[in-house]
Amino acid sequence: MTKAKPRRLHPLPVRVMHWINAVAMIVMIMSGWGIYDDYVIIHGLHFSSNLRLGSWAAPSLLWHFAGMWVLALNGLAYLVYGVVTGRLRERMLPIHADALVQTVRETLHFKISHDDLTVYNAVQKLLYIVVILAGVSQVATGLLVWKPVQFSSVVALLGGFQAVRIEHFIGMCVIVGFLIVHVALSLLVPQTLWAMLSGGPRLQPREESP
Amino acid sequence: MKSPFRPKKLPDPAILDNHRGRIRLLERRGLIQGGLSLGALAMLTGCDVTSDASVDKGLRLMSAWNDRVQAALFDPSHLAPTYPASMILKPPKFNAYYDITKVKPVDATDWKLELSGLISDKRPWNLERLLTLPRSEMVIKHICVEGWDYIGGWSGPTLRSFLERVGADVRAKYVAFKTADDYPSSIDMATALHPQTLLATQYAGEPLADPFGFPVRLRMSTKLGYKNPKWITAIEVTNRYPGGYWENLGEGWFAGI
Repeated sequence: MTKAKPRRLHPLPVRVMHWINAVAMIVMIMSGWGIYDDYVIIHGLHFSSNLRLGSWAAPSLLWHFAGMWVLALNGLAYLVYGVVTGRLRERMLPIHADALVQTVRETLHFKISHDDLTVYNAVQKLLYIVVILAGVSQVATGLLVWKPVQFSSVVALLGGFQAVRIEHFIGMCVIVGFLIVHVALSLLVPQTLWAMLSGGPRLQPREESP
Repeated sequence: MKSPFRPKKLPDPAILDNHRGRIRLLERRGLIQGGLSLGALAMLTGCDVTSDASVDKGLRLMSAWNDRVQAALFDPSHLAPTYPASMILKPPKFNAYYDITKVKPVDATDWKLELSGLISDKRPWNLERLLTLPRSEMVIKHICVEGWDYIGGWSGPTLRSFLERVGADVRAKYVAFKTADDYPSSIDMATALHPQTLLATQYAGEPLADPFGFPVRLRMSTKLGYKNPKWITAIEVTNRYPGGYWENLGEGWFAGI
């Protein structure tokens, strides 16, 4: 009998779901910008046509309503996988407030160390949690913007149709903000990008606490 | 020059040999299915995949699937929220595929409502007769596919009462409309029978004004604005998919809200 090898930082299912999500998110964001431009929320804020997916609003909507299935089903698979295997808990918890302050302070002094890819710092953990919640929120508010009459009581609870529309827009802003930081940091520390393709370093077996 | 993306510590080449099978899997699944999907391809190459015929066909197939999902989500007994009459916007918002100055008013004296398809009494209706039908009233939100909305107050016979009166086969799939402004439209039977689906003849207690569909238009609380044709001249009950003006240009057909 051979002993099982230690797990990778990013097991294959995580890597596959990560890249499917990356594409789905970009499709949703760029087609969403095409839909947004038809009736803007912030006066003067338009997205130029080379940032939009779809030549006008109707094809943008077709992209959005096709991409939503990939985003939602892949996201659901990711959450189920993360909960069942314990990965989400292991990667993102616990977060300590003092560690958070410490990391922010170090980052402001340009001390960004990421020698050990297998350990997420407090800010990283918080950002991942925020973006996962933003993704879940986008699916929920997206469903409500799509079906404000069928789910009229939930829409009323969240402040009405226009309020939900703005919440859906804010969710996009959070995700785009995350995306900029996430991509910038992965380019600054390219091992992380490589890890999301190859699986990254093998993890030490989980130690039993004494 | 070294690539800035090159990892500082190169992985042991032996890893490649040990994991050839997995890497091949990764390449196939991760890259082909995920990485090289159409969205990413568009950005990498700068080519416009959205104009590609097969992509367009795929998106329309997804839209047809979404029409079925929307029909399943539609609850025929769920009523849309209604509002007090004091919130009615006067006049309503005008919206069409042309400007309000291009509206061609309909002459009530020679206006006729033609009936065709799976309807037993196909005699055309004139306005006088249509106005004898009992009216329902509703103050509802009009939501446009673009994202704006306003509250409007509509009254007229329910489409359901009209269809029953003329002996329409309500087991048919579609109700289709023709209009004086060449804006064909069609809806599913379940929505046609919804209590907040009206053949509206009045707005805020007054006969419809010319730009808003005089003498009769469709008003539904459960569909986007563009599904509500104005200046209706013909109604057909059919099992053959009738399409519509915007739908033929790529907007979704069911458009339920």
